[in-house]
Amino acid sequence: MLGLDFSFISLDVIDKFVLGGLVFSVKLTIIATLGGILLGTLLALMRLSGKKVLMVPATFYVNGMRSIPLVMVILWFFLLIPTLIGRNIGAELSAIITFVAFEAAYFSEIMRAGIQSIPRGQVHAGQAMGMTYSQNMRLVVLPQAFRNMLPVLFTQTIILFQDTSLVYAIGAYDLLKGVTLSGKLYGRPEEAYVMAAVIYFAICFALSWLVKRLQVKIAIVR
Amino acid sequence: MLDAWRWTLAVAGCSWVVAVLIGALMGTLRTLPTSPWLVRLANVWVELFRNIPLLVQIFLWYFVVPKIFPAFQLVPGFVLVVFALGFFTSARIAEQVRAGIQALPKGQRYAGMAMGFTTAQTYRYVILPMAFRIILPPLTSESMNLLKNSSVAFAVSIAELTMFAMQAQEETSRGVEVYLAVTVLYAISAFAVNRVFSWIERRVRIPGFIVAGGTGGGH
Repeated sequence: MLGLDFSFISLDVIDKFVLGGLVFSVKLTIIATLGGILLGTLLALMRLSGKKVLMVPATFYVNGMRSIPLVMVILWFFLLIPTLIGRNIGAELSAIITFVAFEAAYFSEIMRAGIQSIPRGQVHAGQAMGMTYSQNMRLVVLPQAFRNMLPVLFTQTIILFQDTSLVYAIGAYDLLKGVTLSGKLYGRPEEAYVMAAVIYFAICFALSWLVKRLQVKIAIVR
Repeated sequence: MLDAWRWTLAVAGCSWVVAVLIGALMGTLRTLPTSPWLVRLANVWVELFRNIPLLVQIFLWYFVVPKIFPAFQLVPGFVLVVFALGFFTSARIAEQVRAGIQALPKGQRYAGMAMGFTTAQTYRYVILPMAFRIILPPLTSESMNLLKNSSVAFAVSIAELTMFAMQAQEETSRGVEVYLAVTVLYAISAFAVNRVFSWIERRVRIPGFIVAGGTGGGH
């Protein structure tokens, strides 16, 4: 087909190269999503707190992260972490830390929009019930904000999954790296790139289709 | 390093032209009222280029396309990367253009029809000028994304800023200084893009027409 030969792909190749890489890519995506949402929500709360001590550093962090290419952030962390803690932690762990820190900035923008989309009356209602600030946030505002932002959060996760391929820059063993390695080993690098594209496409396309369904479902309930 | 900066700007600039032209075309096709096949074609385009990581797309253009079509072996790597980055971004811009056109009240389209315009004329004189103004804010952030994404070209040895940073960090022991300088150059470039767009936005603003800002995601 088109001068390409995919006959090297076997269960053995998939088991040895593809699955191992895929597991790390998925692990990285999940940890970065959960950690990013947690940190991002904190950053969003800091930016909306109205206290300058909290607002200024949070704004600086978010805008700073958002104005640097992800590849540069990955390189920065890979260079700085060993110098700061005095020992090598490996490309994989470095990638995980980088992605949590980086994605927090993007998730915080999403959460900020989500929190701001909650009508003021909800906050006032909480206050009228005698709730403290943290009760109000935890029981009234954040649950609704999460719900409103769910489709956007998932879309960001799909983008995040695609971006995990950039750990290529520091040589971490992810899906792309595993597939490329198998291609090099069997002398079929071009075919391996096509295989990687097909796998990424299948996963991302299926996920974005699910997000679309979710969006419809949430829209009806609301 | 300024040479590397020029490469970054060249990659980003050329890709931007490709991305905006194709993105506008595909986004418009997706809203055509009477051509379901063109709509489908454009939808496939968007899904295809949006669901494969940029890095993989760059590898496809750089390694796979020249193998399948030997004519591409004569095309310089720079051009291939511009195609990759341009097409990748065009899918995102097409999505914004579609959303922008669909955000317009239906009355705009009917007004064009009532004037006796053909579909092409309606788009040219009524819909696109308005949609263009609506999508300016998301287009701004997408253009900044494009600039940042040009860093992925390091993977196929385009001598742009990130490539320079990686090489200089390995060859000298002054990694932090090199990274800092490169990071600042990226930030300056992104800020410049931002300023240019807000200038355009001010110039083309129609008084009394309030544009709802889009929520920018991605990167």
